[in-house]
Amino acid sequence: MKILVCISHVPDTTSKINFTDGDSKFDTNGVQFVINPNDEFGLTRAMWFKEKQGATVHVVNVGGAETEPTLRKALAIGADEAIRVDAPATDGFSVAKQLANVVKEGGYDLVIGGRESIDYNGGMVPGMVAKLTGANFINTCIGLEIDGTTATATREIDGGKETLRAELPLVIGGQKGLVEESDLRIPNMRGIMQARKKPLNVKEAVDANAETEAVHFAKPAPKGDVKLVETVDELVDLLHNEAKVI
Amino acid sequence: MSILVYTESEEGKYKKIAQEAVSFARGIADKMDMSVTAVAINGGDASELEKCGANKVLQVKDDALKNFNAAAYADVLAQAAKKEEAKVVVVSSSANAKFLAPLLAVNLDAGYVPNVSELPESTSPFKVKHSVFTNKAFATTEIKTDIKVVGLAKNAYGVHENHADATIEDFAPELSSDDYNVETVSVDKATDKVTIADAEIVVSGGRGLKGPENWDMIEEMADILGAATACSKPVSDMGWRPHSEHVGQTGKPVASNLYIAIGISGAIQHLAGINASKTKVVINNDPEAPFFKAADYGIVGDAFEVVPKLNEKLKEFKAQNA
Ligand SMILES: Cc1cc2nc3c(=O)[nH]c(=O)nc-3n(C[C@H](O)[C@H](O)[C@H](O)COP(=O)(O)OP(=O)(O)OC[C@H]3O[C@@H](n4cnc5c(N)ncnc54)[C@H](O)[C@@H]3O)c2cc1C
Ligand SMILES: Nc1ncnc2c1ncn2[C@@H]1O[C@H](COP(=O)(O)O)[C@@H](O)[C@H]1O
Repeated sequence: MKILVCISHVPDTTSKINFTDGDSKFDTNGVQFVINPNDEFGLTRAMWFKEKQGATVHVVNVGGAETEPTLRKALAIGADEAIRVDAPATDGFSVAKQLANVVKEGGYDLVIGGRESIDYNGGMVPGMVAKLTGANFINTCIGLEIDGTTATATREIDGGKETLRAELPLVIGGQKGLVEESDLRIPNMRGIMQARKKPLNVKEAVDANAETEAVHFAKPAPKGDVKLVETVDELVDLLHNEAKVI
Repeated sequence: MSILVYTESEEGKYKKIAQEAVSFARGIADKMDMSVTAVAINGGDASELEKCGANKVLQVKDDALKNFNAAAYADVLAQAAKKEEAKVVVVSSSANAKFLAPLLAVNLDAGYVPNVSELPESTSPFKVKHSVFTNKAFATTEIKTDIKVVGLAKNAYGVHENHADATIEDFAPELSSDDYNVETVSVDKATDKVTIADAEIVVSGGRGLKGPENWDMIEEMADILGAATACSKPVSDMGWRPHSEHVGQTGKPVASNLYIAIGISGAIQHLAGINASKTKVVINNDPEAPFFKAADYGIVGDAFEVVPKLNEKLKEFKAQNA
């Protein structure tokens, strides 16, 4: 089985979010970038397939050279090969087009992406890749088993879960549950050393127009101070008469 | 030309998000001088959509579409969009809507923006404001394609009554066997509980509650308020509560009207999941707990004393305001 894990390179969850250039760009100053958490769950599940069922695992990112340390980390976790498509990640659609090209050329059976990137929260790239390549698609995956060419996936829905079945080739949007946090692997010295020798291929971009463009950013208005109350009577009164939420 | 809107229902009853989506579509339609066409797949009573401003309801009745199926539903919407010459397609932020939207967008060559919180700032060029960085910021994004797909953020716009007389039309899209390649094996859903996704009020407990045996008072508050229950991550990690209740950056997002946090410190990863909630209340015995900085109302006190008193007061309040 050939697996491709799509890796989005995002600010660490504790990053301060600021903008520059007249609030038109994300300020990367002092920001630590990591593998998108949803993708890390997917990558770890891919390693499980590799070890238990036999698979080659490639990772891919669409982005500039600054994302390479993130791809190296994925190699250190155990992926066999990394691909960086040398194109700016302008919008979900243009990224999906680049990825679809990689998927078609590589003939992957399973493409694992995340439910969403925690930066722009698009939640669209994996679905678009599926549609562009004609593969089946299952989103918000919290469990995935492969038996021959058949995939059985558990999917989170609002208020529960459901089990779906589909033939490969399949694209998933994954999240926590594919593996648990305790299954995540911190790269060890040996992994890091090996990762340096593994191939990281830079691939030229294909033509792909962005369909959307973020033109301006803003932070939510600063919140007023908390109103501290002494009694539950006061609280219920405020919730009813001031906040009007009960 | 029209604004198309996907209306979700369950067992023949429209969900609140369906009415919100129609209200939002109505708002866009008024700005663009267009009509609103709602697509209802095995839907409910059309007057509920009419009430929010739908001019036309396309009713799809098909047993093969009984279970949600992203590929097939996306195809239904794409065909409806073409038939209605839709310029904008509005979907909600439910798990199902987010599943089908990217498929629909590619099918229609449409740019897609999710988590939109307000009516478009302008319609030509078409610019929408949406939340990014897990509600830590907003972006204004221009959609440059002829057709646009817009995902309405949870609990952001509300239901606006704006009656239109709708024509109701049966619609039978042409679906192919490829639309059924992903097969539903089973659905496992608690129907008797308010879910975090749908809830207007969420009552949430953290490690400060000491153990699972102390959740009775949380459940009781949720019962009184018709709220969903939730928890912080360590609470679900320790198995005190099910994983489906875990809220935060790595758990579920909450966009309720009221979020009551009891014995939760307010770590940045927890707050990331609840930023979109409107009013936040914190009950914590440590006045230095970071949650107080993020909350609107707070009581500094021991949950084991405050919560039972609050439950009594809420019961009294509900009895008076029933
Ligand atoms: C990558 C990453 C992702 C994470 N994702 C999430 C996430 O999605 N969601 C999440 O919740 N966390 C997440 N966390 C964990 C987060 O950092 C905190 O550790 C966690 O939110 C703390 O949970 P808590 O507030 O229940 O517990 P604690 O931090 O232990 O806080 C307990 C609180 O209860 C108060 N308390 C104690 N006794 C009482 C009493 N008798 N009455 C009233 N109050 C009392 C205390 O003052 C304290 O403030 C993540 C962490 C990391 C590193
Ligand atoms: N620039 C990118 N390179 C590779 N994969 C990406 C990129 N952007 C998004 N993805 C994948 O698509 C998923 C959803 O991203 P998004 O649609 O941006 O929220 C991510 O979790 C990744 O798996």
